[in-house]
Amino acid sequence: MTEPTPAQLAHGNVAPLEQNVDGVVPAPAGLLDATVEAGLEIGVRSQWSYARRRFLRHRLAMLGLLGLVLIFGAGIFANYVAPYSYSSLDLTKILIGPTTAGHHFFGTDEIGRDYFSRVIWGIRTSEEVGVCVAFLSSILGLVVGAFAGYYGGWIDNLLMRLTDLVLTLPALAILATVSSLLGQGSQWRITFILTLFFWTGLARVVRGVFLSLREKEYVEAAKAAGAGDWRIMFRHILPNTLGPIIVNGTLAVAAAIITEAALSFLGFGIKPPTPSLGVLVAGGQTNPQQWWLTVFPGLTIVLIVLCINFIGDGMRDALDPTQRRVRA
Amino acid sequence: MLTYIARRLLYSIPVLIVSTFLSFTFVSLAGNPVALLRQNPRISANTIHNEIIQNHLNKSIPVRYGYWLRDIFEHKLGNSLATLQPIWPDIQRTLGHTAQVVLTAELLALLLGVAVGIFSAIRQYSPFDYFFTSLSFLGYAMPVFWLALLLQILFVDIYLKWHVRVFYTSTLNSPGHGAWSLDRLQHIALPVFTLATISFALYSRYMRASMLDVINSDYARTARAKGVPEWRVVMRHVFRNALIPIVTVTALNFGAVLGGAIVTETVFTLDGIGFYFVQKLNNGDLYAVMAYLVVTSVIIIVFNLIADIVYGYLDPRIRYD
Repeated sequence: MTEPTPAQLAHGNVAPLEQNVDGVVPAPAGLLDATVEAGLEIGVRSQWSYARRRFLRHRLAMLGLLGLVLIFGAGIFANYVAPYSYSSLDLTKILIGPTTAGHHFFGTDEIGRDYFSRVIWGIRTSEEVGVCVAFLSSILGLVVGAFAGYYGGWIDNLLMRLTDLVLTLPALAILATVSSLLGQGSQWRITFILTLFFWTGLARVVRGVFLSLREKEYVEAAKAAGAGDWRIMFRHILPNTLGPIIVNGTLAVAAAIITEAALSFLGFGIKPPTPSLGVLVAGGQTNPQQWWLTVFPGLTIVLIVLCINFIGDGMRDALDPTQRRVRA
Repeated sequence: MLTYIARRLLYSIPVLIVSTFLSFTFVSLAGNPVALLRQNPRISANTIHNEIIQNHLNKSIPVRYGYWLRDIFEHKLGNSLATLQPIWPDIQRTLGHTAQVVLTAELLALLLGVAVGIFSAIRQYSPFDYFFTSLSFLGYAMPVFWLALLLQILFVDIYLKWHVRVFYTSTLNSPGHGAWSLDRLQHIALPVFTLATISFALYSRYMRASMLDVINSDYARTARAKGVPEWRVVMRHVFRNALIPIVTVTALNFGAVLGGAIVTETVFTLDGIGFYFVQKLNNGDLYAVMAYLVVTSVIIIVFNLIADIVYGYLDPRIRYD
């Protein structure tokens, strides 16, 4: 769970819990996960403990978490998990189907590379892209949304027009155009390009929350007590936006992985030899008879996205302050 | 109403101008529009020079944008700089094919999605509901290109094993068949199925959620209390109100559907506008790419407008003024 950190990184502090618990705010969602780590230690009985219970009892979410830990874990420790390197080839074993012999669980491709290893290395690339895009675009969206919602004015206007613009454009086509001209098949360039297009949605959400919260009594109280704009924005209002940010950030990982895969599949994203899941599916297209070349990397994408969506749903349910009841 | 439509269309003009200007600037800075001509050994340096002069490629970008904008209106999107052929005939042809596939798919997805959403909501937590909820979760997580490829693999396999031609897995027509022949249907069935499945997952899920929102509302209870039969409560009171959010979702989803069309058409090598775009982008034919962006932006704007009008029809509380 990396999502709480964007806020912390961007503003150099962790929103303290007490602030929300002291009852002025009807206690959103938000801070809940800011304290995923911190909250446990301080032992606050707050919205967070409700949320944690709700999340832990959300069966699908726990299932998703387990699956994601397994899959992403395999990606992170690819060099230990994968039986072969992603580029080592064995021309005596070309296009053999899935078999346990020689640990070719997912078969081999047209130049005899072990497909299981390639998929595992592909997971690593895809998860790096997904997590980085979600993380960076959350920070960017958070900062822009906060300023737009709090100050209004030209920055708000610019943001809204910009998001309108993004909504009228065919997103995949624009991404394909940009990455075909600038991406050059590099993983980090693609990450950067995706980030540039992913932050607007979150900025809009954060803006909405800021817009409604800046008129609240507790903000007025903070103002009366002499708090500056920065303090109000990032210590008083920000914790209340963390809920949507976390949910959005989680789902953005899945969206980024799918988008990267689609771009790579079309040939405008990451290019071979770097194995990403989209690259692998695209490679499988040339050998439709060898179904394993298409099925396994694609299935991995589906599983990752499914797990993330379950987790996201679980978080949304858990962080929704209007929902007090603990799920059975 | 008419003034509303007119105003909306007027509003979209500056949006279009800004978005096309931005993409034009980007494309012109990042790519070289005549790179492809230079690669062609049959085109002389003289011709290229003439093209550069003729298309004002030696001028500054805002000026070029102005000429490009003029070409859009006066010469129907102008000429491709890679092939020196007019762009419009290609767009017209491919767009027609895409429209057939996309609209059929969307219609199917909407009809099925709405129907399944209603039944899932009425029979919440029934096996039917569980089945389709899982299915829509799956469809939601499935990359379009992967689904398309799976279908392709499956039907190629069927053909090779049993020599039965159920559906074609590539291109659009066997020679000598029209736009609505059986042959054409066999060709577009898989692309339509692909796009419809993805959209269906979205629509059925939204429809179920929005039905559940309304089904326990006060006015539905009132209707039941005064003795309206349940099917009538569902069809007249709940269904019609639950439809409102679906309209928005459909409109917002349309951009994604066009994205899905790019991928699907590429997999099935179907002569649609998405495949056209991918080919032109691969070739570096930047003016054709720009033409695609403009045309699809206009389509998305028009669909959003239609959605707003339908929205007003379904929900009379919304006033256009």
